[in-house]
Amino acid sequence: MQLRFNLTLGAALVIAVLLGALTAGWIAPFDPVMDADLMSSELPPGGEYLLGTDGQGRDIWSRILYGARVSLAVGVISQIINSCIGTALGISAGYFGGWWDDLVNGLTNVMLAIPSLVFALAIMAVLGPGLASLLIALGLTNWSWTCRIARSSTLSLKSQGFVQAAKTAGFSDLNIMRTQILPNILGPVLVIGTLGIGTAILAEAALSFLGIGIKPPQPSWGNMLSDARELIRAAPWAAIFPGLAIFVTVLGFNLLGDGLRDRLDPHMRTRKA
Amino acid sequence: MNDILPDPVLSVRDLQIGIGNKLKIVHGVSFDILPGETYGLVGESGSGKSVTGLSIMGLLKRPLNVTGGALHFLGHDLRRIRPRDHRRLRGDRMAMVFQEPMTALNPLAPIGRQIAEMFVIHRGMDWSEAKAKAVEALESVRVPSPEERARAYPHQLSGGMRQRVMVAMALACRPDLLIADEPTTALDVTVQAGVLELIADLCTAEGTAVLLISHDLGVIANMCQRVGVMDRGRLVEEQDTKALFENPMHPYTRGLLAARPRLGSRVPGERGRLIELEQMVADEDRGHDVPTLVTPRGPRKEVTA
Repeated sequence: MQLRFNLTLGAALVIAVLLGALTAGWIAPFDPVMDADLMSSELPPGGEYLLGTDGQGRDIWSRILYGARVSLAVGVISQIINSCIGTALGISAGYFGGWWDDLVNGLTNVMLAIPSLVFALAIMAVLGPGLASLLIALGLTNWSWTCRIARSSTLSLKSQGFVQAAKTAGFSDLNIMRTQILPNILGPVLVIGTLGIGTAILAEAALSFLGIGIKPPQPSWGNMLSDARELIRAAPWAAIFPGLAIFVTVLGFNLLGDGLRDRLDPHMRTRKA
Repeated sequence: MNDILPDPVLSVRDLQIGIGNKLKIVHGVSFDILPGETYGLVGESGSGKSVTGLSIMGLLKRPLNVTGGALHFLGHDLRRIRPRDHRRLRGDRMAMVFQEPMTALNPLAPIGRQIAEMFVIHRGMDWSEAKAKAVEALESVRVPSPEERARAYPHQLSGGMRQRVMVAMALACRPDLLIADEPTTALDVTVQAGVLELIADLCTAEGTAVLLISHDLGVIANMCQRVGVMDRGRLVEEQDTKALFENPMHPYTRGLLAARPRLGSRVPGERGRLIELEQMVADEDRGHDVPTLVTPRGPRKEVTA
């Protein structure tokens, strides 16, 4: 019951955000950038503006919808990059061991020692602001946990009978990693991955908040928060709603990850069936 | 035995296995396995049976390695063969069944798929064809309603069923040699008999030679034509099964036979126990491959708790 609840609520939240992002062009009542009207700035929620307006008189609801595109794209794509890097490095390190393991471990430790946000900041500083550089910056800086999990799971799987059996059955190393190890570590990698989407969304918000993520007239939840900073007393809704959007999305992905893990476990699956 | 023996499937000569280069754990083991023959390797834990089996498969893990001797399998020199070619032989020409059926299957894949993988890898079949063959393979190991079972996950099967699936996988490509490393130790006795009978039947039908590694003398007696007795990394005795049980040459073999549990002999001290082998067999007799006809000291009379 508990498990189903997580999965359902998480999926519902993620789907809601996804739909909002996809249909922003149709359901947003205003243009997120062009419909700035200083005469109607800092209006409270209600009436014509569902969630109020910000300092430039732009509709917050519309900007949140468009901002969802940035957040989801950055969160999902950068985390896919992270998961792929982390899983590939982690499995190969755990499976082959030796100098390759030492090298990957060293690299992982270095990545864990550097605060990932600071590293992403440095990459952004080199590449300049924009969506593509955000994807690269966040996609290359957050794979260390995935790598750790993948490596340690691989180490324990490697001594399992079925991996040994696959060896005696003449599977190649690549085949063993693909068919025997990868499916068995997919659970934890997926959970770390969905948690990572949340982290990446937060990191994007932080970078945009600091002014080096998405360039200002384009809405992203981070730079909306950043803009609302000065108005926090006069128009708290300008900060609350983008913050709420981040919260709901991150929560959704975390619940989804949790639910998926339980769902993917065949023991759980048959118990239900 | 015929007068003219066929070429052996596997020929092991003076096999030496060491931990690194210093510590030897197998000292010059030699034996041949003929086509279709079932050869037993017995000995207590740590005598080097399993390591010998693994060295044939080419799966010794560092720091274990083969330090000397020769391994010939169907015309391949297994010590010189490229790892990739050795890998191709595994599962195809030589297969192995392990002791532990509970963990030997990938928990996340239906068993039909796991058997089918053998055909895809070694025979280059496409999946639909391979899956049909997998159902046949399940049928051949007498798994009831094989089509249904092919879709089952390992945790839905009993230990005996899983070991049958392992046998199906091992024999999928009709190998020339099956190495069965204590295939039934983890199963209960009734299931044990079924699995052993299955291995015997299938291998006889296909002419597959079997290297049966076991410490269970009863299993060896039922299954094997010839038996090698291993002790402390040496093959101390090799005889036809019947001869071995009737007339054991080496004191260690006698000790081993004396340590068998016998029905009705429950008086302590009447029979030896394996842990008492140290006392029963003189130390200088152990680990020598020439059968010395020194009468072993009898089992100790006093009871040690």
